Amino acid sequence: MPHTENVLLHASRISKQFGGLSALSDVSLHIQRGEIYGLIGPNGAGKTTLFNVLTGLYQPSAGEFRFNGTHYQAAKPHVLAQAGIARTFQNIRLFANLTALENVMIGRHVRTRAGVFGALLHNRATRNEERAITERARELLRYVGIEKPAQILAKHLSYGEQRRLEIARALATDPLLLALDEPAAGMNATETESLKTLLQTIRDHGITVLLIEHDVKLIMGLCDRVAVLDYGKKIAEGVPEEVRKDPAVIAAYLGQETPSSSPQGGGRGVPGGSAATLTHGGGDD
Amino acid sequence: MKLFDKRNSRLTFWLMLAALLLLPFATDALFGRGWVRIVDFAMLYIMLALGLNIVVGYAGLLDLGYIAFFAVGAYCYALTGSPHLAHAFPLLFSDGVHLSFWIVMPLAALLAGGFGALLGAPTLRLRGDYLAIVTLGFGEITRIFLNNLNAPVNLTNGPQGISRIDPIRVASVSLNTTQEIFGITFPSVHLYFYLFLAFIALVIFISQRLEKSRIGRAWMAIREDEIAASAMGINTRNLKLLAFAMGAMFGGASGALFAGFQGFVSPESFSLMESIMVLCMVVLGGMGNIAGVILGGVLLALLPEVLRHSVVPLQQVLFGKMLVDPESLRMLLFGGALILMMLYRPAGLLPSRVRRRELDSDETTAEASVYDATH
Repeated sequence: MPHTENVLLHASRISKQFGGLSALSDVSLHIQRGEIYGLIGPNGAGKTTLFNVLTGLYQPSAGEFRFNGTHYQAAKPHVLAQAGIARTFQNIRLFANLTALENVMIGRHVRTRAGVFGALLHNRATRNEERAITERARELLRYVGIEKPAQILAKHLSYGEQRRLEIARALATDPLLLALDEPAAGMNATETESLKTLLQTIRDHGITVLLIEHDVKLIMGLCDRVAVLDYGKKIAEGVPEEVRKDPAVIAAYLGQETPSSSPQGGGRGVPGGSAATLTHGGGDD
Repeated sequence: MKLFDKRNSRLTFWLMLAALLLLPFATDALFGRGWVRIVDFAMLYIMLALGLNIVVGYAGLLDLGYIAFFAVGAYCYALTGSPHLAHAFPLLFSDGVHLSFWIVMPLAALLAGGFGALLGAPTLRLRGDYLAIVTLGFGEITRIFLNNLNAPVNLTNGPQGISRIDPIRVASVSLNTTQEIFGITFPSVHLYFYLFLAFIALVIFISQRLEKSRIGRAWMAIREDEIAASAMGINTRNLKLLAFAMGAMFGGASGALFAGFQGFVSPESFSLMESIMVLCMVVLGGMGNIAGVILGGVLLALLPEVLRHSVVPLQQVLFGKMLVDPESLRMLLFGGALILMMLYRPAGLLPSRVRRRELDSDETTAEASVYDATH
């Protein structure tokens, strides 16, 4: 168990049931400040469910988590965003009919104050705040590498740019933890490579990153620590090198019969999840 | 293409202002005084449409009972600015209440805003069609209440409505009388026109300020994707309530103006059809765009009157008798116009985004316009 003040997020025994289906059972994990923490697992393993619990979209059936020193059991998403958890979505959820700039500006909402009266009076404080919001938003657009004009509608950006815009929007909330749900999904090799660089830069700027990813190669090359979920249970956790060799993990991805994995595991299509990628893939870093 | 640079836009503004100030006189001279009154009513509709635009256009909450807030405002002034309450509570008020319009209107706006929040609170979890159904019910409930609150205590005078409402006074000048200022005669309808114009200017000002603010952006975020908005730290519950309340306040204020202008209110002015008309003004003009909403309001408020005054004479000239009732023709044309709009301008006559793009000199590139044109 690492030093407590160094732990940013500590989830303990989180379970989530949907009707009779148990999507998560007793998952505990801790994320340390300043690391890139990967969450992998076959399709339907419960990664996104855990993500949604940690970002307030789902209320856990049991369990709780501590984030930055505060306990949360059934918190609303906006409360957690305020606390410093920002996220992106697996299926991009941008404000499609707003401009790229506005999307990022909305991310600043939680760190700014102007209310109705500020808007109507448009006093000095409001004007300064608006200027600061716009400047920060432009800065973030550059930071994630969106070169297109800031006034372009979000829906007119390319797929890779939309993913980056979502990251910029999340960063605009000044998060302590940036949670990314499959940011590389649908990206080509070049885009994935530059995403990797971006995530490393973000980490170097002191933001902890939680990453769900199917691209095992990306996870192995990028993450400091990795947890593997299968059928709603955590089956392994540790540095990528160890996790990759863990027989339970290999079994989960390949569907072998082992005590910790159930028999129907085979054939759940995992992009990049073949034995070859799993065992040799991360070696290029 | 840059339509307005700074000097041009100032010039346009003054020209438009001059045209608007002359409008009642021009209308009077060209079409007769009755038309000035029609224009006045159109102005009230524009105010309503701008208020609804906050709820529907900005926050994306489909409200089919908006006219209820108009009713709340109208009855507020009707009750406090007429002899009616003297009949209901003869011991309390010997001659009715007769409060000044300028005291009642803010109160009416606040009360309507309260009703807006009241409607918003239980419907926060609803979206789209479901929200529309509940708000529709709310609008009808309000109207039915007004229709039936004449017993056991005669509060609203039921279907007969409340009459003899005091005219609005500006600095002790009753707007119900003809005034002579600098040798120019201003009939009552002209005076009301200027009053409504001032209010519309105020509503536009407030709408614009809100649209370009942190609050307005949060509303649009909720409209675009509520889940993403809440994940970005927006308290969707509070902001939706705020949108309902703000929209309702505009409705209430317009209602008070309506009561003072017409001098009479009755429940039939607040039917579901009116809610739908106001919503159509917002949708036809272009949701979320102030200029579009105004255009929608002008078109839909004037269309029935234009038809009424042109269809009958036209038929008499062509056929020698009236074949089609202008009222039914109005619905026919209205439906046709909406279908055409769905086909050719699904985002409204003046969609908000394109226009903003045109006006925005900052970083606008040809590339961006091409995107808009092709999508």
